[in-house]
Amino acid sequence: MLIHKIFAGKLFPYTDIHKWLSYGHDGKHPGCDEFYFGRREFSFTLENDVYLRYKSFKNASAMEDAIKVNFPYKIDIGAVYSVDPDKRHAYAQSGTNVFTPVERELVFDIDITDYDDVRYCCSGADVCSKCWPLMTVAIKVIDTSLREDFGFKHILWVFSGRRGVHCWVCDVKARRLTNEQRSAVAEYFRVYKGNENNARKVALMGHSLHPFLARSYVDFLKDFFEGELQANQSIFSSKEKYEKILEMISDEDIQLELREKWENAARSSLSEEATSLARWEQLKNTLYSKKQKAPSLRMCVEEIVFTFTYPRIDLEVSKQMNHLLKAPFCVHPKTGRVCVPIDPKKCDEFDPLAVPTLSQLIEEINSGGLKMDVDDDDESERSLLGKSVSFFRSSFLEPLLKSCKEDIESSHKSNIDKSKDSFSW
Amino acid sequence: MEVIRSQKRTASNDAASIPTLPLYFTAPPMEVRLEEFELFAIDRLRVLKGVSDGLARGKNPKEMDDLVSTLWKEHMRHSDVSEMLNKDIISHFVLRLVYCRSDELKKWFLSMETALFRHRFRLQNFEAQRATVGEFGLQYKAVTGAELESLKEKLGQVVRSLGQISPTIETIYYKVPFEEVPDLVAGRRVFIQKGNAFVAGSQLVSLVVTQFRSHISKALILTNRKWTTTIREREKDRLTPIVEGLSSSYLGPDYSQSNEYADISLKDIDQVAKSSFPLCMRHLFEKLREDHHLKHGGRMQLGLFLKGVGLKLEDALAFWRAEFTKKVGSEKFDKEYAYSIRHNYGKEGKRTDYTPYACQKIISSAPGVGDHHGCPYRHFSDDNLRAALGRMGLSSRGMEDVMDKVRNKHYQLACTMTFEAVYGTTCDAGINHPNQYFEESQKILKPKTPTAPV
Repeated sequence: MLIHKIFAGKLFPYTDIHKWLSYGHDGKHPGCDEFYFGRREFSFTLENDVYLRYKSFKNASAMEDAIKVNFPYKIDIGAVYSVDPDKRHAYAQSGTNVFTPVERELVFDIDITDYDDVRYCCSGADVCSKCWPLMTVAIKVIDTSLREDFGFKHILWVFSGRRGVHCWVCDVKARRLTNEQRSAVAEYFRVYKGNENNARKVALMGHSLHPFLARSYVDFLKDFFEGELQANQSIFSSKEKYEKILEMISDEDIQLELREKWENAARSSLSEEATSLARWEQLKNTLYSKKQKAPSLRMCVEEIVFTFTYPRIDLEVSKQMNHLLKAPFCVHPKTGRVCVPIDPKKCDEFDPLAVPTLSQLIEEINSGGLKMDVDDDDESERSLLGKSVSFFRSSFLEPLLKSCKEDIESSHKSNIDKSKDSFSW
Repeated sequence: MEVIRSQKRTASNDAASIPTLPLYFTAPPMEVRLEEFELFAIDRLRVLKGVSDGLARGKNPKEMDDLVSTLWKEHMRHSDVSEMLNKDIISHFVLRLVYCRSDELKKWFLSMETALFRHRFRLQNFEAQRATVGEFGLQYKAVTGAELESLKEKLGQVVRSLGQISPTIETIYYKVPFEEVPDLVAGRRVFIQKGNAFVAGSQLVSLVVTQFRSHISKALILTNRKWTTTIREREKDRLTPIVEGLSSSYLGPDYSQSNEYADISLKDIDQVAKSSFPLCMRHLFEKLREDHHLKHGGRMQLGLFLKGVGLKLEDALAFWRAEFTKKVGSEKFDKEYAYSIRHNYGKEGKRTDYTPYACQKIISSAPGVGDHHGCPYRHFSDDNLRAALGRMGLSSRGMEDVMDKVRNKHYQLACTMTFEAVYGTTCDAGINHPNQYFEESQKILKPKTPTAPV
């Protein structure tokens, strides 16, 4: 495909990706592992759905060459293995020299299709400005927790190209987590448990929320639910819509009481949104006054809010080190949009429908705006993609590499000290 | 540890310094009589099997504590404390040899030994527990004074979120890197901040169990290596036959080989699904017929079940293909689904012949959006479950009995009651495997003349 050739040739930021995934092992320090990058697995998806796994490259130009030969329309990043993936067959499956993952970023994948039961504007692969805010609030909740609760610092959020976001946690501690530990983090984030077979998919037990859930609720979810979500989705405005919510209330009497109120409501002059808000207030008041009736009613209001707004991550993606995930800055094959980084501090401003597409970028090149040079200080001169690459470098890559250098230096130093101590005649 | 014939055993050295709960880090130097080698292992195996049964029956932690205490007294007790300790240690190491020899055996042994350890630890008093924690060399710091004060509110919130009304926190908390307590993090049972988890004294169990499991897991790999490279050959006239005999006599049937009741042909499959499948598989089967698709979890659970029921690979491929191609093209089926069916039958990849899932595994799965696997008694809402039971033909009285079991989280008992209601008979053994349900059902529906014992 011609446009993929152009992308591979001019637009994919090889050097930046290589710098990132080398985590400071650039050979300039004696403590560097010069083979580190070469042990990373990549996979290519070519035209005709040909899928090539276990690709590895010894440096940035080897990676660039391979991409320019194959023109993959999707590139995935896997784990760093104990040995070069390309040479894995030379190693036994047991014994000390095993082919096994040794490092891998902690990753998360949030896809808006998992929210189809709570969005009314779109379904399936579509996304619009009314439902995208679900992704925004998901980023806020997860990002805050990764930093405050888990203490991670080097976090990259990326637009998946069509209808979701990916998160790459790159701290060294995160990269060395075992599958069991990753699973634990994913489960910590899990609240929504269900499918079409059960009605109450969020069950918040106990007498209060865990501090993480409480903070998420107070800082993000409650206001989002009562504000933007209601405005965009009007979740109480029709019988079909409000029945879904009534089903979440485990007490039949309360359901009946509310149902009667709403079914028999006179045709009011209120807008959909105002009606929806009014009904929410009624529901809250009813539930708060009756919450002593049963343990399952105690946090019913919160459960409803969580059902509609709390992040739904794909657990399987996070749990295993060998799971591959699409590389940032790829182009999504169906939308043509570039998988650009998202600034979590400004995620409210991110618009998935305004992300540059490959055709736009090519147009830009062709019309002579060859300002691919990102080192240009003038923001306005920067190309569409240049802004994203610049953000990637300044907010993510630079602090990350600084920290990696420090790690390499200190572990090198302690190795030297250790060998000094063990010196004996 | 050295095994010798009929010579007097010497007591393990330094019994006083070993904590009452051995951690099995190293095989201490001691001599064991050959007869004891086997007998000790058999007694411990009785305990592990009892633990396995208890877990399969869905016993809660307190019930498991009692069960372990009873099992231990019955099979492992000795009037002399140091003799008891010897038996404990010896039997563990012998069983390591027995259960290191395949992935399935390792998995079972690891699960049971960890569960055994967990409940023995819970039965210890606080001082003994602290001593055990210390034995693992864990880096944990006690949180006191001003730091504890500043965290009081958050810690109280955690306590309340776990069910206690009053937010009184314990007097001792430990600050531990979150990755050392994955179970507690996963269940949101601890407050975490900047990468540290604040673990209550009473939650120490989780800490040590994780350590224990990890240590035994590594040990099993090393033992396997030693077994295959030296021990098996060296001991082929002495210990090896004993070791090889021990594992097969005590595990329950795993339904990896179907027997004479279980040859189903494709043309009968709809009939047989209606008459003999347990609810979980019926649901998956019906959804497959309805949607012409199942997600991965469902394909695994149903696919392996059908294998256990006797569906041959060629028939399985035809069956799945017939359904899936109603929605996706034949090429897509071959490319995306045929491979994993063959994989399940051990014909691809590392060629493991996967065994059908037992109830314990199915109950603990986590079906998500669009999934239909799992255990309906656990994962369905009340209404959906009642509707499904109604379709199985249960009367309203029978249904209440089943729903009562479900309310008390006794999912396998609920399934057993369903079985009893559907076939009008008792099932004393209790259902703990979907293929067992199928076989028992077939025995009733198609009684054969008894064959001569093989």
